[in-house]
Amino acid sequence: MAHHCRDFAHAARARAGQGLPAIEPGMPAPAGSGLSRRGFLLRSAGLALAVYGGGRLAPLQAEAALAQAPLAGGRVLVQVFLAGGLDSVSFLAPTEDATYRRLRPRLALPPGTGTPFREDGRLRWHPSAAALAGLHAEGKVSVLPAVGYEHPDQSHFVSRHFHEVGALDPRLATGWMGRYLDRVGTMDNPLQGLALDGTLAPALAAGRVPVAAVAEPGNYDFWARDVWGDVEALMLDATARIGAAHAGGGPATAQVARAAMHTAGLRTRLAPLRERDGVPAFTSPVAYPADPDSDFPQRLAALAAMLGSGLPLHCVAITAPGDYDTHANQTAVLNGPLKLTCDALAAFQRDLEVRGLADRVLVHVWSEFGRRAAENAEGTDHGAAGLGLVIGSRAAGRMVGEFPGLDVLDQDGNLRATSDFRGVYAALLEQWLGTDANGLIPDAAAVARPQLVR
Amino acid sequence: MRSVPEYRGRFRREQAERLLWRAGFGPRPGQAKDLARKGLDGAVRSLTHPASRSLRGRPAQVGGRPLAPRDVWGHDSLWWLDRMVRTRAPLVERMTLVWHDWFATSKAAVDTRWMLHQNALFRRHALGNFRGLLRAVTRDPAMLVWLNGVESTRELPNENYARELQELFTLGAGRGYTERDVRELARALTGWRADWQEGAGMVGFRYDKTWHDPGVKRVFGKRGRFDWRDAADLALEHEQHPGFFVAKLWGYFIPEPPSRRTRAALERLYVRERHDIRPVVAAILRHPALYTGPRMVKPPAVYVAGLLRAAGRGVDSDAWAWMLPMAGQALFEPPNVAGWNDERWVDTGTWRGRWMAANHVLEGRSLNPDPAVTKYPSTRKERPAEAVARAHRFWGKPTLSTATRRELIGFAQRAGAAATEEWQQEGYAILRQNALRMLIATSPDLHTS
Repeated sequence: MAHHCRDFAHAARARAGQGLPAIEPGMPAPAGSGLSRRGFLLRSAGLALAVYGGGRLAPLQAEAALAQAPLAGGRVLVQVFLAGGLDSVSFLAPTEDATYRRLRPRLALPPGTGTPFREDGRLRWHPSAAALAGLHAEGKVSVLPAVGYEHPDQSHFVSRHFHEVGALDPRLATGWMGRYLDRVGTMDNPLQGLALDGTLAPALAAGRVPVAAVAEPGNYDFWARDVWGDVEALMLDATARIGAAHAGGGPATAQVARAAMHTAGLRTRLAPLRERDGVPAFTSPVAYPADPDSDFPQRLAALAAMLGSGLPLHCVAITAPGDYDTHANQTAVLNGPLKLTCDALAAFQRDLEVRGLADRVLVHVWSEFGRRAAENAEGTDHGAAGLGLVIGSRAAGRMVGEFPGLDVLDQDGNLRATSDFRGVYAALLEQWLGTDANGLIPDAAAVARPQLVR
Repeated sequence: MRSVPEYRGRFRREQAERLLWRAGFGPRPGQAKDLARKGLDGAVRSLTHPASRSLRGRPAQVGGRPLAPRDVWGHDSLWWLDRMVRTRAPLVERMTLVWHDWFATSKAAVDTRWMLHQNALFRRHALGNFRGLLRAVTRDPAMLVWLNGVESTRELPNENYARELQELFTLGAGRGYTERDVRELARALTGWRADWQEGAGMVGFRYDKTWHDPGVKRVFGKRGRFDWRDAADLALEHEQHPGFFVAKLWGYFIPEPPSRRTRAALERLYVRERHDIRPVVAAILRHPALYTGPRMVKPPAVYVAGLLRAAGRGVDSDAWAWMLPMAGQALFEPPNVAGWNDERWVDTGTWRGRWMAANHVLEGRSLNPDPAVTKYPSTRKERPAEAVARAHRFWGKPTLSTATRRELIGFAQRAGAAATEEWQQEGYAILRQNALRMLIATSPDLHTS
């Protein structure tokens, strides 16, 4: 139990912030700030690329030139995490229900708010989810109104860990997508498991194959002060060599070494996406929502562009904006970041459709739990069953498990689960990624698979 | 009853260097050698009983102006980084960082003013008594805002602090408490309030009896009219607490969990010393596992402060305010209440952040590649091993593995060979020296201790 709690601590939300200090010439831009660095950098990057392109440097040459065989027919799974435990009862709200009004005297949405949910007349979409309601009407959203597991744990970190490893096992260290990639992935393609966040998503933690964290695909570059040309290219090559020399070291050394080993290859692969003077190297065919406090929409736009450019992505994880641990201040969080999240996800779907990629990508939205049925003043405490969504042109578009209602709650006053997250993973593995969930999800034999893919 | 095992092997520069990284922010040039002369006991004692808590040198300035941690975005983290670089009491500063992770509170929801107030609290209690620390944290304004203490009333108790008090701060997830204990402790913790004032944020933190639930609560099988002080004490006196405390504390210094015997001995020490932190930390720092066990990844703030110390540079740039987050550790803004995941510091994203940080340490320290400006032997004169040795000296000769040395020399050879034209030979030697400094700073040897 020594590291028990901190085992479940997680990825930093890259917070590109208000009032950032000025960037000096030649300095890389801060994450998500939209600021740019210029001049010197372009020069050195260009030279280094030329050398790599020429294939002079043995260890990286193969990686740069490698044509990747598409995994699972080029299909891609994108997991979107709503951190903190989204209030599912607000997302699809039983606005006309007397119990709802009694349990949520301050927070209940007024009767008649939001679009009715076609599959269950008791429920209405939160106004912030209007864009997803639109996709649902097109049959592109499967809703899981109460997904969870037996004996739900109300700790963020335990419940989140269960979802990340795909099992009710506090000690499992690899992520459920990481284990899948260990089965099908290759040793030379870190992009096969990509966290579009500041740090690696635990669900992607693999035991065998490399995976990557890239917060800004348009800005993944390296430079060193007063080093350029041939020497710079050789230096970047040496970082990979030093990494390779230590890859078999102890856990700490190997962690650093493997990251170092793969950075040079990633840099080369992402070169076509690299922004120039602050201008993205790609244009999006649809408009994404803009928000000064979050670059989530831009990350999704970059993801669509990466898929469009044929990069060998396979499993992707990204954290949505917002802290959904709404013990207080719930209304503001649901009106702000949740709307940005839903609008951006809808734009991403449209982007994929225009690019002709929509049949290849499935999005799974999850949170570690839902919230208590009864409010506590301006918020809600930790709950049990919560919301899940599967979005995409190939999504079955049918509700999975019914809304359990608020009249019969569990012993802690929380919603009862009507579907199991392990069944969702097994279904995604088998129906979307085309692999047997047995051996990847420890309880696969015991859970039912909902139909998630059409 | 056996006591905590103690390291009996040789204690030389290499061991002192590791101790300075684990218990502080790495050595200043020559410091590891000096510390080694004190022997293990003397070295540990100098850390746990620092002669001075004052800071070395002049306070940081950015752009010719003193830092304004309360008022300027990012200056809070610069202010703390400056303390890490200049401290004469590295263990006190390191423990302040430990408590920031242990009781992880974030400016994402708390005014900087209260974050700095909490930071002073952590420093004051850094090596003090855990009961005093826990009580202070329980009534700390930043924590009362962060985990909704001031929104918790007798009518509508908020469970947020009650849950994390047990799960993250004193007992561990699922260890000896129930959902009912969470709810009952939430009732005991009611009574705190504060006011929102336009322009000033949360002010007027106070205990208001009329907000407190005075009824009988039942916690861990005990009954009583418990209040916030009792809540902290009940968690602290729970039989599961000592085991949680010593194992969690251990994890900040040594990557592999303690043996059952060591853990039991540390628990006895902690209980015997009535929850004093200092003797437990001292025992961990003297334990053989710190010197003979596996390496550990340095937290990004420790890595950066350590490079600055090694390079003899202070905090003179506000770029650290966004470089630390890119490296994976935004000070005053941990990812969530469980703190940072120190088992996964490095991935391809944070490695890039750490690279940029190392590069920024070298700002103003790199050699101008123009041979007319920088007098430097050409690649024909400076042998690869000499180039490596020179870069190694720049960083104060940190311990390097054989594998890293071999690769550095290989690079130096290739970079020298790339200077095929005579006009390149002077410039390339300088470029090579700059590159070698980066390669050393970003090698696995320097990212870990």
